[in-house]
Amino acid sequence: MLGKRPWRMAAIAAAISLLVAGCGSGDSEDPTAAGNTVVIGISEPQHLLPTNATDSSSAQVLNSLFYPLVTFDAEKNPVEVAAEKISVAKGNRVWTIKLKPGFTFHNGEPVTAQNYIDAWNYGAYKPNAQGGGYFFDRIAGYADLNPLDPDGDGPEKAAEPTTNKMSGLKKIDDLTFQVTLSAPFASFKSVIAYSVFFPLPKAAFSSDGVIAKGFEENLIGNGPFKMKGSWVHDDKIVVEKYADFKGVVPKVDGVTWKIYGDQMAAYADLVDNNLDVQTTIPTDALANAPADLGERFQKSENSVFEFIGFPTFLPQYKNPNVRKAISMAINREEIASQIFLGSRTAAKSFVSPVVSGYRENSCGEPCEYNPTKARELYQQNGGPKEIKITYNVDGGHKSWVDATCNQIRASLQVNCIGEQEPKFAVMQDKLQKHQDIGLIRLGWIMDYPLMENYLNPLYGTNGGSNYYGWSSAAFDTLVKEGSKAATPEASIKKWQEAEDILAEEMPVIPLRYGQNVYGYSERVTNVEVDLFSRVNLYELETLA
Amino acid sequence: MFRYIVRRLLQMILTFFGATFVVFALMFANQDDPVQALAGEKPVSASLREALTERYHLDEGLLSQYWYYMSNLLTGDLGESISGREIGTLLEDSWPVTVRLSLMALVIAAALALGAGVWSAIRRGSVFDNGILAFTLLLLALPIVVLAPVAQWIFGMELGWFPATASRNASFYALLLPALVLATTVVATQLRVTRTSVAENLRADYVRTARAKGLAPRRVIWVHVLRNSLIPLVTLIGVDLGVLMSGALVTEGVFNIPGVGSKLAQGIRTEDGPMVVGFVSVLVIVFLVMNLVVDLLYAALDPRIRYE
Repeated sequence: MLGKRPWRMAAIAAAISLLVAGCGSGDSEDPTAAGNTVVIGISEPQHLLPTNATDSSSAQVLNSLFYPLVTFDAEKNPVEVAAEKISVAKGNRVWTIKLKPGFTFHNGEPVTAQNYIDAWNYGAYKPNAQGGGYFFDRIAGYADLNPLDPDGDGPEKAAEPTTNKMSGLKKIDDLTFQVTLSAPFASFKSVIAYSVFFPLPKAAFSSDGVIAKGFEENLIGNGPFKMKGSWVHDDKIVVEKYADFKGVVPKVDGVTWKIYGDQMAAYADLVDNNLDVQTTIPTDALANAPADLGERFQKSENSVFEFIGFPTFLPQYKNPNVRKAISMAINREEIASQIFLGSRTAAKSFVSPVVSGYRENSCGEPCEYNPTKARELYQQNGGPKEIKITYNVDGGHKSWVDATCNQIRASLQVNCIGEQEPKFAVMQDKLQKHQDIGLIRLGWIMDYPLMENYLNPLYGTNGGSNYYGWSSAAFDTLVKEGSKAATPEASIKKWQEAEDILAEEMPVIPLRYGQNVYGYSERVTNVEVDLFSRVNLYELETLA
Repeated sequence: MFRYIVRRLLQMILTFFGATFVVFALMFANQDDPVQALAGEKPVSASLREALTERYHLDEGLLSQYWYYMSNLLTGDLGESISGREIGTLLEDSWPVTVRLSLMALVIAAALALGAGVWSAIRRGSVFDNGILAFTLLLLALPIVVLAPVAQWIFGMELGWFPATASRNASFYALLLPALVLATTVVATQLRVTRTSVAENLRADYVRTARAKGLAPRRVIWVHVLRNSLIPLVTLIGVDLGVLMSGALVTEGVFNIPGVGSKLAQGIRTEDGPMVVGFVSVLVIVFLVMNLVVDLLYAALDPRIRYE
């Protein structure tokens, strides 16, 4: 029977195919912004719940939906925004935060102190597994919410937390709350600018400590924009002006956060004027960008710091003079301009220029390119015959590692090879097992603009990113003293002293500072990209 | 016929379980540290690592992880990706656009292959035939990682004929360029196969008979010859549908289409076992069903083929 009408069958099959292919095409809504709205490219945010959102894409979106307690002025000093006054007592341990009155969430709920306390407690509670949970670890009571497994990978299970409320958070009245830290910290005000510290409305919780299902797709914030429709995963997030917003009102009426899986695709849309702002032009497009975009291709500083670490468990790199010699063998400027086409700048300090307290060239002579002196020093101190630089292949590091190796080879006259590992996690694992993987390439993006946010995680004995195991008691003490100091100025002084120890010891070789390399369409003007790689939505304007 | 279909469906179930287990085991072997892969290069706090490890049973062995996955699957729960999204919803979101894209590519490729293939078989050795040969060789030589960005640059950005990127709800027009690019991955083989098959049948006895009894040449070629030449092409098209769906990895990335290909790539990058297995399972089903359909189509094309 089938055999009788093969052609009809084929025709029907083709018709169905075309029908399926065509259907759904009715929704050909042009993503190009109309009127006074803009389209900004991001990657798919991993999460949008503020305490779980730590990538830059989600930070951008959250910044449109929420109004932070503090923000940073041009000198990177924290200034109150949603908070009216933040005061501190008892030797920098007890912070009192008073909120500005009259603010409401997008569902009409007034913003109260309790909203902050609930959100922070949710973020810190271990079973919620929030990516930004560690931000709360300075607050008293964090440890009670995060009991750790006593024997690591062993058979014993970690105890269940006894409470889901941090003892350090106390409500004074509807608009005031008190934060007690477990140890004094003079710069806590800078920390709470981060998106992790945003408040959540009552509507976010279905019961105590449980986020309502679907809240993440339909966020309700206290910021200048509110969600228009839900988060369409892998496609877009549309926000529009919130009429009752009492803070600084942005100049645009709405933002479409268009989600790209591949930044080259975003760049194609940018050149076509289908996308208004791209905050990070991909490396592959850097060569064409000045011609494609002209004046609309811009750079601004950000907090990225790239360096090479010396695993200190390796005996051949124990001698600081060997480390200095290798550092002096590298011509940072040449790599920044030749390999990165000026999208990076040479680094000669151990913290990024975006933090206050940064000193130009605090590293001194060991970071200056000097091949002759490098070779002398290297030979005097008996540096190893072969140098290995390990990097993860999935991060586009091959070209600069090879270039660095070429420079080391030329300057020190020893063999240098770039060793590849498939992923960052594999590198980490080998480091933990103290395998000889040679030098390692690393990078850091700050969480808040303080010297401490570079010094402690990267060089502190218990630093979360101190993968190379460098440890100095004197350094740790200075960083701690800096955190406890009475004023931010006094803190910086101590931290600079700590940085001087780094210059003597050279646990890492500072290489480059990152920059935001961004572009925008012909439709917009006043585009600023801040040190967190976020577009400044309060300044952005359309050319209508 | 009915018994044949039932037997094939039963075989499919076995194949399905075997395939998912293999994929699961491969993902497990490839897994270094999914928690770190999720965080990129940011340090993961001990507290977060413990909580996620416990939630997704990351510290347990292959078999017990597979057991958790399968026992959920059998109750219709595809589980959660490690970034916390439901895989069922992810599948629902990403399949339609991939199906549209690959069907468009398939129709474009088959139409081109049939038209040009038959024509060059009739005019063997002509300029057209040689031109098509050179063209297909060029397509075969150009990998899609080159072709897709180049097509986007020329037709999307420089000439502006097509939008440079598409999206999940892209219009037919926006999907046309990616579909054309995707079609190039299969059109060359299909075209060569059609040409050879038609050329072979043109010399068959029944064609001479048909011509001799005075049938119109058009009818001889498009009905008598073509129908007998279709079997190899149909086989190819059936397999190609699966190839197109899974092979859209590059095309979907370049044109920013959030379909199966781009999600699979993401799942592999983040070492997300359940997500990859979920997507691959559906791909396995597509392949199996297409194979069955192809086998049944043989019977439709050639009455001599019967299934018991």
